[in-house]
Amino acid sequence: MNDRPNPDDLSASAEVTEQPLYEVRKEIYMRAVSGWFARWRWALVFLTQLVYYGLPWLGWNGRQAVLFDLVARKFYIFGLVFWPQDFIYLTGLLVVAALSLFLFTAVAGRLWCGYACPQTVYTEIFMWIERKIEGDRLARMRLDQAPMSPRKLGLKAAKHGLWVALSLWTGFTFVGYFTPIHQLAAEIGAFAGIGARGTAPALGAWEIFWILFYGFATYGNAGWMREQVCKYMCPYARFQSAMFDPDTLIITYDSERGEPRGPRARKVDPQSLGLGHCVDCDVCVQVCPTGIDIRNGLQYECIGCAACIDGCNKVMARMGYPKGLIRYTTENAMQQKLSGRQTVARALRPRVLIYSAILCAIIIAIGVALFARVSLKVDVIRDRASLSREIDGRWVENTYQLQIMNTAEMVHRFAIRASGAASLRVADADTVEIAGATTRMVPVRLRIEKGALPVGSHKIEFEVVATDNPELVAHERSIFLVR
Amino acid sequence: MSDFTGGFWSIYISIITIVSIIACGVLLQAMSTRKVSGSQVETTGHAWDEDLVELNNPLPRWWIWLFYITIVFGLAYLVLYPGLGTFAGSYGWTSKKQYEEEVAKAEALSAPIYDKFAKVDLKQLAANPEAMAIGQKLFLNNCAQCHASDARGGKGYPNLTDSIWIYGGAPETIRETILNGRKGMMPAWGAVLGDDGVKDVAHYVMSLNGKTFDSLRAARGKEKFMTTCVACHGPEAKGNPAIGAENLTQPELLHGSDEPSLIETISKGRTSVMPAQKEALGEARVHILAAYVWGLSNAPAAAAAGAAAPAKTGAQ
Repeated sequence: MNDRPNPDDLSASAEVTEQPLYEVRKEIYMRAVSGWFARWRWALVFLTQLVYYGLPWLGWNGRQAVLFDLVARKFYIFGLVFWPQDFIYLTGLLVVAALSLFLFTAVAGRLWCGYACPQTVYTEIFMWIERKIEGDRLARMRLDQAPMSPRKLGLKAAKHGLWVALSLWTGFTFVGYFTPIHQLAAEIGAFAGIGARGTAPALGAWEIFWILFYGFATYGNAGWMREQVCKYMCPYARFQSAMFDPDTLIITYDSERGEPRGPRARKVDPQSLGLGHCVDCDVCVQVCPTGIDIRNGLQYECIGCAACIDGCNKVMARMGYPKGLIRYTTENAMQQKLSGRQTVARALRPRVLIYSAILCAIIIAIGVALFARVSLKVDVIRDRASLSREIDGRWVENTYQLQIMNTAEMVHRFAIRASGAASLRVADADTVEIAGATTRMVPVRLRIEKGALPVGSHKIEFEVVATDNPELVAHERSIFLVR
Repeated sequence: MSDFTGGFWSIYISIITIVSIIACGVLLQAMSTRKVSGSQVETTGHAWDEDLVELNNPLPRWWIWLFYITIVFGLAYLVLYPGLGTFAGSYGWTSKKQYEEEVAKAEALSAPIYDKFAKVDLKQLAANPEAMAIGQKLFLNNCAQCHASDARGGKGYPNLTDSIWIYGGAPETIRETILNGRKGMMPAWGAVLGDDGVKDVAHYVMSLNGKTFDSLRAARGKEKFMTTCVACHGPEAKGNPAIGAENLTQPELLHGSDEPSLIETISKGRTSVMPAQKEALGEARVHILAAYVWGLSNAPAAAAAGAAAPAKTGAQ
């Protein structure tokens, strides 16, 4: 139950008053926290951002290692080149992402939200900047309540300036996944008047737009919106109850151990005072980024960042009580008083095992498909209007166009053969050279002796094989018409 | 340009639209506060499954601001773009104009390329790989439907890769053919010659181009040929490019060289139409196509690299 008081309604009487249904966002001043979980969170911040900011700068074979070239319609991920025909792998990746989400949410709750989600990560970075500039929790609250002064203006300007700079760098990196980042840097340099003029192409309008848009989104979401995204925009919070079950590890306040709560001297045995372990210090509320009280139980706002666990454990240590007043545990463990071992054993329940099995199967399937991928695609396009022709009264000929896509990044020579009827042969030069990462339409004529096949439609098969590598082969079916 | 049959519907739509938008705004405003008694957070009043209730907590204020911004956006959109009946919008946008702008932009991009080639002599152009790549694409898009993707045609569609030309094979003649089209009219001689006479003439033609024929018929046919056919096809049956009369001494005739086809051609006549491409493609593109088509039968040494033109082998 949520008994947050509404500050606008001050009258405690029973008379009817007008109350707004939309409230201004209350600023949450998150208290700094350190501990085991906080270390894990920051480790993931470093890891994810190292990957995000670092990847575009890597090279591979003379090009950017990770590049999503929308104009040329090719996605490069290190040695792999994905063409539009390979979209199925993206589907596979999304399926894997979704199943992984279901899996680890079923095991340990909102791990994504608390540790890896960009909203959390960027908000943490921005709040760290804010803390460094404006001070700790109390200092920030005092600064906000103080009237405008040169010092306040300076601090706010510095904070927002750093935020904007980081946002623009984030936007620049984002676009750097689509335009080669070295080129993008040169374009921006030319745009801003730094560096050699006239050597880089002009900065495109869309590039400018996306750098600014993504930068603005980062600034807005991480600087201003923060928990509003988690509370009101993100669907994950709302359907978490569908992904949890009584054996899911969630951040829980052990009310049996903690209640009744109340302050007491450190040396006193709480039981003699009729008190539980909770000293009502409110640290768990102060460190919460979404501003909830975890002692009220699992709430949809809780993003599973475990700051309250870290905060409470510190207080427990100082009071000399054991850790874990707020800890990761399951609903069943609380109700059935399971031991730690038993709780963990419950993690191997049917739901988890089935998710794991499906996930493994799909990952293996994608892996095998990628490994067995042949870097050659062929499409047979039969001539439509001119169906069949006679040559010299002796031969019957059909014309086709073979769209041969050499998806490897090196040039290959391909031999074109056809099978399906006795005297079927290719009437043109039967090898063609195609440059790397190129598609070519090759006109091909097939002919048979007149009379070798009866009038009608006959199934045939094309074989396109690289002359230097017999494993690089594609087979495509088509038909041969005799009129 | 309105599809409405009268002015009434335009006004009807406009009023409904504006009133709805304003009504949404009013509704939002009216529903943004509520009357409460006491200071506790109330429930919404509904109960599910006996005791499941929903607390009526305030929503974030930026949410309702997004609604208002949407309304402002909607009204601004209706001022700038057509949406209120026949009001054209202050930008004057139409899908036809957008299309024309896109075509103009595409033309502006391709114009320099075509201008570059428009001045080049046709035979030189045939040796230019860039022009021939463009030519091949133009051919595949516009000509392959009749002449086949390898340009070797079929029954009734000329083979563009050989050296036989009904109207002449000089590059400028080819360009004229593509630009303004051709219409070949072979009159029907069935009534004049009679069935037997037609068959005789057919055998005479077969004797000219290397097919097996009945010599008796061919002899009779020759006499009829000399009176009826020489006017267009010439005394040696070599044809007349000026009027598009075919050379009958070559083995692959346009409408078929076997006996049934010849009989049909002579008795019923033929109308062969090469559509004019001037309107559809314009002079610049036709110029490149002419070079391409000429290059198919005159593969210059420069184009033999096989980058664009289909390779010709001796394996006929």
